Amino acid sequence: MVVSKTAMAGTLESSDAQVTVEPGTNGIELSIDSSVIHQFGKQIKATVLDTLNRLEVKDAKVTVVDKGALDCTLKARVECAVYRSNDITENLPWGGTIK
Amino acid sequence: MMHPNKKRLRRSMMFLNCQKPGLIKDPYIYKPDSIMLDLEDAVAENQKDAARYSLFHALQEIDYHGVERVVRINGLDTPHWKEDIRVCVAGGADTIRIAKTESAKDVHTVEEHVLAAEKEFGRPEGSTLLMSALESCKGVLNALEVCQSSERLIGIALSGGDYTKDLQTVITGTGVELMGARQQMIMAARAAGVQCWDTVFTNLDAMDVFEEEVKMIKMMGFDGKSLVNPRQIDIVHKIFTPTQKEIIFAEKVVREIDEKKALGIGVFTVDGKMIDIAFYDGARRTINLAKAAGIYEGDL
Repeated sequence: MVVSKTAMAGTLESSDAQVTVEPGTNGIELSIDSSVIHQFGKQIKATVLDTLNRLEVKDAKVTVVDKGALDCTLKARVECAVYRSNDITENLPWGGTIK
Repeated sequence: MMHPNKKRLRRSMMFLNCQKPGLIKDPYIYKPDSIMLDLEDAVAENQKDAARYSLFHALQEIDYHGVERVVRINGLDTPHWKEDIRVCVAGGADTIRIAKTESAKDVHTVEEHVLAAEKEFGRPEGSTLLMSALESCKGVLNALEVCQSSERLIGIALSGGDYTKDLQTVITGTGVELMGARQQMIMAARAAGVQCWDTVFTNLDAMDVFEEEVKMIKMMGFDGKSLVNPRQIDIVHKIFTPTQKEIIFAEKVVREIDEKKALGIGVFTVDGKMIDIAFYDGARRTINLAKAAGIYEGDL
């Protein structure tokens, strides 16, 4: 999927993550800000990249501000931001690309 | 064949906002009988999509330790309910709570889309249960037809806030404004053989009033209550747990009725009280509640 425009999902509340996606041309440029970066930085990065890969996002600037989100929340926020960037809110592939 | 969970114990049904990851990650620690993951009123209009992704992953990946996972979907008068149903079924929600139900037709409309989603996502047909929230005078007046509308329907819940608005009054704290709806709904539910739950109590500074209300709705026959805070769970469970005295009496009633039936005796006394077959189901229910609360040590 192409990131067509800037879109954001999530909040800065505890246990959440705020994910912003912007159109890009040079692969995935990922920036992560997290209070638990030393403990979970690698895992956060892996989850975000894995989700983008599943959504077939090749080029995008992705910013994650993590507030201690579980993996399932990170996935949910990345997916929501990417689909929002394409204005898609219905007939989503639950259990397919979203899993 | 009846769904095995249709009549499971539902004393406490706690609302949780799907928009808040911190709320939906571990509510099972409070041990409610059911959680109600909310896509409706608690979720801001511009966050309806975001809540669905959170819901889907929570249903798929979080172990709720046997707590029933109900999802409250948006009303049929909104643009959201169809996608809500798809995500509920795809994620494997146990039960869907239909907001603002007013007629059997509303339940049939949801049921049709649930069936389509079960086919789309490869879930067994009939596996998703339904419950209806009655939130208007019309809904309450149609309680019986709603209760009889579907094999999937586990019961009806009163939604007092919207109902009193429709009635052109407010929640007074006395319960007088809800009296008619409560009575009508519990009778309809029992006539149809489904369950019935009372509305939320939102004043967390008045736990004593909450406790009185729970005692009252239990006496009226309700199966449980919708809750908004984990602090309310233990109070409900305590009130819905039979006392040792009640359990012992219920055991005597069940044993005596079984025994006397074999001897051809229909009416007799237990501890000075006149007993006949009409007391059997109530005594069984007391024993089942004791079992659910984990305090039953007998063999019935």
